[in-house]
Amino acid sequence: MGFATVRSRHTQSLAAVVLALVATPLQVAGADWGMNMTKGVTGFSRDVYHLHMLIFSICVVIGFIAFGAMIYSMIKHRKSRGATAAQFHHSTKVEIIWTVIPFLILVGMAVPATRTLILMEETGHADMTVKVTGYQWMWKYEYLDEGISFYSRLARNSDFARRPESGTDVRSVENYLLEVDHHVVLPTHTKIRFLLTAGDVIHAWWVPALGWKRDAIPGFINQAWTMIDKEGIYRGQCAELCGKDHGFMPIVVEAVSPEKYKTWVTQRLAEQSGKAADQNAVVAN
Amino acid sequence: MSATASAIHVEHKPGFFSRWLFTTNHKDIGTLYLVFSLLMFLTGGSLAMMIRAELFEPGLQLFDPEFFNQLTTMHAIIMVFGAVMPAFVGLANWLLPMQLGAPDMALPRMNNWSFWILPFAFAMLASTFFMQGGAPAAGWTLYPPLSLQGGDSFPFVIFGIHLLGISSIMGAINIIATVINMRAPGMTLLRMPLFCWTWLITAFLLLAVMPVFAGSVTMLLTDRFFGTSFFNAAGGGDPVLYQHIFWFFGHPEVYIMILPAFGVISEIIPAFARKPLFGYTSMVYATASIAFLSFIVWVHHMFTVGLPLGGELFFMYATMLIAVPTGIKIFNWVATMWQGSMTFETPMLFAIAFVILFTIGGFSGLMLAITPADFQYHDTYFVVAHFHYVLVPGSVFALMAATYYWLPKWTGHRYDEKLGKIHFWLSAVSVNILFFPQHFLGLAGMPRRIPDYSPQFAGFNMVSSIGGFAFGLSQLLFVYIIIRTIRGGAPASARVWEGAKGLEWTLPSPPPHHSFTEPPPIDDDLLEHTPADDVNDV
Repeated sequence: MGFATVRSRHTQSLAAVVLALVATPLQVAGADWGMNMTKGVTGFSRDVYHLHMLIFSICVVIGFIAFGAMIYSMIKHRKSRGATAAQFHHSTKVEIIWTVIPFLILVGMAVPATRTLILMEETGHADMTVKVTGYQWMWKYEYLDEGISFYSRLARNSDFARRPESGTDVRSVENYLLEVDHHVVLPTHTKIRFLLTAGDVIHAWWVPALGWKRDAIPGFINQAWTMIDKEGIYRGQCAELCGKDHGFMPIVVEAVSPEKYKTWVTQRLAEQSGKAADQNAVVAN
Repeated sequence: MSATASAIHVEHKPGFFSRWLFTTNHKDIGTLYLVFSLLMFLTGGSLAMMIRAELFEPGLQLFDPEFFNQLTTMHAIIMVFGAVMPAFVGLANWLLPMQLGAPDMALPRMNNWSFWILPFAFAMLASTFFMQGGAPAAGWTLYPPLSLQGGDSFPFVIFGIHLLGISSIMGAINIIATVINMRAPGMTLLRMPLFCWTWLITAFLLLAVMPVFAGSVTMLLTDRFFGTSFFNAAGGGDPVLYQHIFWFFGHPEVYIMILPAFGVISEIIPAFARKPLFGYTSMVYATASIAFLSFIVWVHHMFTVGLPLGGELFFMYATMLIAVPTGIKIFNWVATMWQGSMTFETPMLFAIAFVILFTIGGFSGLMLAITPADFQYHDTYFVVAHFHYVLVPGSVFALMAATYYWLPKWTGHRYDEKLGKIHFWLSAVSVNILFFPQHFLGLAGMPRRIPDYSPQFAGFNMVSSIGGFAFGLSQLLFVYIIIRTIRGGAPASARVWEGAKGLEWTLPSPPPHHSFTEPPPIDDDLLEHTPADDVNDV
């Protein structure tokens, strides 16, 4: 009776401490508490998400079985309960069972994984090509069919706020560290081929909503493709350590309808030739 | 003969420095390795505390990005090469001769040198923080071209890695020679404790891959200073070549860090379940399979470099396959517990936590093996969570379990069981608060090796940092317990633990400076496993 009271008092104070510890960070401003992978906006990203959830669920089930057995054993098979130790320690039959069953489970996982991977490698018959070049510490985008080219850097307000001497609260900056000066505008429902390379060290181009990342390697060209289902803005980051500002060279994809994309292309080309004309005028004079 | 030997020994009373600098005794060298690894664990841990302090909130509060990259790089190098590997070598030195009935390691003078290289190499590595350009900052993986942009520290890192490699290679040779040649008559290979098996296999892994690591960093050196172009496309080379060579070493390296841990757990669970290890021979085969498979999976660290489809598929299948022998080991440990008569002293608590939490790390590893899914996980905090689960509540907990289990034998004093349990619970809870949220961060899109992040990641980063500070502080208790036990405590008997089996438990606690100067008679009742046991029970 006394023991039970002491235990419940301890439990209550323990609960209070845990609650206090948990409540403080729960009020963390701007925090999203996101726990899972995005389903994304491409067929591939959805396939990857489902694959991820499948493997995860199988692991959870196996975990429940193994940990369940352990917990049961820890409660029942303890010396303080008077349990006496059995002496069995060998069984070829059991070893075979728990070799074959996991192997079959793995085969079951490998089949959908193989299918998804093969789909990803079909870079042929693309409708357009974008060449992505990673630099320290920005990206360059070249639309090879349209003749558009521009650099894309971390947005000014983020770049300012991240300097400690600026005294800015980074939470006041919209899309802090995930905004750039020039978005990568892409058309939806179009098969887009990406050619990826780098100008100095290895970088990696990653937009989670598209469902893949690929390394950008200096002197080599990597290939990937995507087809975006939904208009919207999708943010990503460099995903290979590339020096001091590795965390400060984000990617922003702006997916628009094919019509809006055509308008953007025309606009962009006009701006580019306008700039070129200005530069020529300066040189001529 | 033996009378003369002990008479010579009695007159030999070295001073403090002579003893510790020139010792060729496996017990002293084991102690040197363990003390060194504990100091390195605290050093590498301090760097981690600095990292978690910076990541406590979004924005850059404490360090600039260049220094942050130095912190992450050095944290990993110190933990891998200064803490985990030397600690397991320390255990091997202390235990292998005693468990095999041998008087010492096969090559005692080389053993001394294997150790003393380490403080020199790490002093040199630590000094890079004070050089022009600071410590290396390209990650412990040192990928070119980034690593070639390093400052004055670069050649010192390469030199340091060579020294560490030489130490490991010499240690591995010593272990193989000891296990093959120095077992007492009657101590057949299948009578050896599983810890000896796991170290024998680990030693072969070390011999096979440390030279490859040395080769890869030497190629970095020549690319930087001697005009070669191994990793430079302009000269006909390829940065990805480095990744292949590095990870051919790197993957077996992680098994080098876990196989001895498997050995430790296989000693501790049977002792506290008072029941023989289930499936001893299976466990030997599973360990050997894991070691073999570890050579053919390295590309899973490189799934996003731009690989041919066939390559991606092969390495996905081979990596998934490792789950089979690893699962066998987990099931065997659970079967050892099953219908035992368990008590839960501190070594057993750490061993059980190992089985549960290492398995969780194994599950995230299986998820990472799935190539198309890895395109979303790679270079995110999901990977960081995975490897910290297998290394911290994996390898490090096994090292802590081993310390509590054998410290009474080594010192002759029992540690304070209540304090040990407090250390366990503080560590086990805080390690999960520290690393579990990192799975969520990775899935939500946070890349790794960044000093600052978008506020959407702030919540779990704060939780993780709090867990980190708690875990770090808890280790001060561990240090206190160890020091106190060395200095004194209730006297420990020879057997120390009721269910402990093996030749080391036949020696007094502490054992004499030279033990088994005569080979001991091998009595099967003293051993954990004998070949006569290999008759099917079920």
